[in-house]
Amino acid sequence: MAYVAIADRDAPIHDPHTFFLKYIWSQDHKVIAIQYALVAIFVGLVALVLSGLMRLQLGFPDQFHFVDPNMYYQFITMHGMIMVIYLLTALFLGGFGNYLIPLMCGARDMVFPYMNMLSFWVYFLAVLVLLASFFVPGGPTGAGWTLYPPQAVLPGTPGAGLGIILMLVSLATFIVAFTMGGLNYVTTVLQARCKGMTMMRMPLSVWGIFMATILGLLAFPALLVSAVMMTLDGTIGTSFFMPAVLSMGEQLDHQGGSPLLFQHLFWFFGHPEVYIVALPAFGIVSDLLSTHARKNIFGYRMMVWAILAIGGLSFVVWAHHMYVSGMNPYFGFFFATTTLIIAVPTAIKVYNWVLTLWKGDIHLTVPMLFAIGFIFTFVHGGLTGLFLGNVTVDLPLSDTYFVVGHFHMVMGVSPILVVFGAIYHWYPKITGRMYNERLGKAHFWLTFLGTYAIYLPMHYLGILGVPRRYYALGDTEFLPDSVHTVNAAITIAALIVAGSVLIFLYNMIVSLKKGPKAPPNPWKATTLEWQTPDTPPKHGNWGPKLPVVHRWAYDYSVPGAPDDFIPQNVPVDPKLGGGRDHGVHH
Amino acid sequence: MSNTAIVVALLVGLAVWFAVASRLTAKPWENREQPGDVGAIHASPARIGLWIFLAVVTSLFSLFLSAYSMRMHHSVGWCHLTIPGILWINSLVLLAASIAMQVASSAAGRGKRRVAQVTLIAGGALTIAFLAGQLLAWQAVGPSLYFIQGSPAIAFFYVLTTAHGLHLIGGLYVLGRATMRFAGGAEVIDLRQSLSLCAIYWHFLLLVWLAVFGVLLFL
Repeated sequence: MAYVAIADRDAPIHDPHTFFLKYIWSQDHKVIAIQYALVAIFVGLVALVLSGLMRLQLGFPDQFHFVDPNMYYQFITMHGMIMVIYLLTALFLGGFGNYLIPLMCGARDMVFPYMNMLSFWVYFLAVLVLLASFFVPGGPTGAGWTLYPPQAVLPGTPGAGLGIILMLVSLATFIVAFTMGGLNYVTTVLQARCKGMTMMRMPLSVWGIFMATILGLLAFPALLVSAVMMTLDGTIGTSFFMPAVLSMGEQLDHQGGSPLLFQHLFWFFGHPEVYIVALPAFGIVSDLLSTHARKNIFGYRMMVWAILAIGGLSFVVWAHHMYVSGMNPYFGFFFATTTLIIAVPTAIKVYNWVLTLWKGDIHLTVPMLFAIGFIFTFVHGGLTGLFLGNVTVDLPLSDTYFVVGHFHMVMGVSPILVVFGAIYHWYPKITGRMYNERLGKAHFWLTFLGTYAIYLPMHYLGILGVPRRYYALGDTEFLPDSVHTVNAAITIAALIVAGSVLIFLYNMIVSLKKGPKAPPNPWKATTLEWQTPDTPPKHGNWGPKLPVVHRWAYDYSVPGAPDDFIPQNVPVDPKLGGGRDHGVHH
Repeated sequence: MSNTAIVVALLVGLAVWFAVASRLTAKPWENREQPGDVGAIHASPARIGLWIFLAVVTSLFSLFLSAYSMRMHHSVGWCHLTIPGILWINSLVLLAASIAMQVASSAAGRGKRRVAQVTLIAGGALTIAFLAGQLLAWQAVGPSLYFIQGSPAIAFFYVLTTAHGLHLIGGLYVLGRATMRFAGGAEVIDLRQSLSLCAIYWHFLLLVWLAVFGVLLFL
């Protein structure tokens, strides 16, 4: 039996009829994407509230007695873990990955729809287990989001009993969910592209999500290994990570375990995780910039290669998170070098984004504002990364607010700006409605300026030596009084930014019913998801016939063409020529 | 660290393979060709999905074995495991299971229903025998919590064999479904792919087991 490409098969896909099968137990990638996104955003809002509570304590210590030291550590831990894994990873890959891959590749659905559905429900279970830890005796774990042993499982750390176990079980469950989803995303990209959609014609969003998924599939097992072994250390008393410890004056049974082993495993996952979040953001922001600047992305091939190079390099930099744990100087040198090398492909991407804007026909729409905002925050966060990549600079700064400022700029604010930009960009396609542009812009400016007001001062605090992870600074002699003023100002800014999320939610929810009807392609974009016969796309995406792709994803402002964009599925006009040049000789 | 190096090499290998396979040097903005081959790999999605899954499992076990090696070298209080003799027999049983799965797959490919059915069931039975043998090995190394807490080598033995066993049980579930389809009168031709994927999975888990066993024996 000869192999038939998926794009050439006309077999119908699953065909649900009941409400339950269509919207709850659904195998449609778009429904699953929305389910993923809603759960991720919900749990992200929980984490946002936690950060607000922490900031209240930091900005106005001793004023809010409902945040005690134990709760503060629990909030830190849950805020970090939720934001990185349950919000950003799930939203970019489970949400945008699910929605965009089949639509941008011209497929009817993911290749394993049933497994895709299971992926969501297992993710949902992971979230439930995680949230359950708020309600068990002892509360959620307060070990810090890195969960370092031995303290993570020792009495005295908040949530050292059930809290940490539920966290580890939830992470393991999440990894199972992610693997099921990830197999789908990768296989769909490899196999289910429509006719004409070569890999090098794929929009960069798909490239970013694709590579991030590969990173996730290979890196999450490290977290699984560490979660399994730590669970055993915490429950049945093995000594994988636990050294001989005196706890509360008593010698525990553990002996000989290696806490450093946990750190290696954790960061072998943890660093690629940064790029699991960043690569989809890189891809999506490329598409937003190109579309709203009406100009082809600058250096498409270079962008693809940079995504691959960053993905590969991200596996050999993990120990730069462990400089303060102590290591052989040659080891540190190696990791400092690889860390600085990864700046090269990353910088290439930044230059290409800026060059895409250069002489473009820039439309300052809401998504575009967020995309441009991302370039700023990412450059700032990235530059401080160059500081911290060096062992000698990292050692004094590592335990200060400089690091908090750095990683929030580079992997907190930056991807979140892209998330907002992407939601504003694809909202008309997903819901069939437009939103209120003024409210969107207000949301952008509050978020963008607000995050600078939060995180820029943190770098100064860090250089002054303000330690991170502290519940309260008290009267610390070497810190000037202005530190407390700055801390209060940061808290006010944080609360304003958190409040601006309400504008976003209001805008999104009200526009669902009251927003004006969206045209099928409001941004005049070239990629396939805007060319569907229905908006929002119906089950099966493409009606009776799959699209056929004739060109790359960035035919904007083609000289001689009647419009300033040519969708990917428009055949080549022999009068105009085929590609970008269209007969214009340079 | 050597194991970590292997993991890294594997990842680099995958990346290079991918770069070659997907022709990353095309200049899409110049391409005026009519749509033709899009570079999809000519295999069923299930087969591709399986291979990707095997890469994930490879990563998982490489990391487990790296952890084993690092725990052994980086800290005190390590005493080696006395390898129970039954593991040699178990290895042979799993090898036999793997061979049986291969025979079943080839028989299905040639349309020989009876042979496929018998060897498939034999493969399943041998796998269950292997798992039972592993339980006996657990008994042999130290069946109580006392030993697991006291010796990291024994604790690792339990973790590694459990992780491997769970993957086999997952395989048995798929194999069970194929057997049910057989029993339900499905055509052997329809089961060809199922059996072929099962065989690949079994060979892979045999390799994983041999790697685990080898590390336990020689490291």
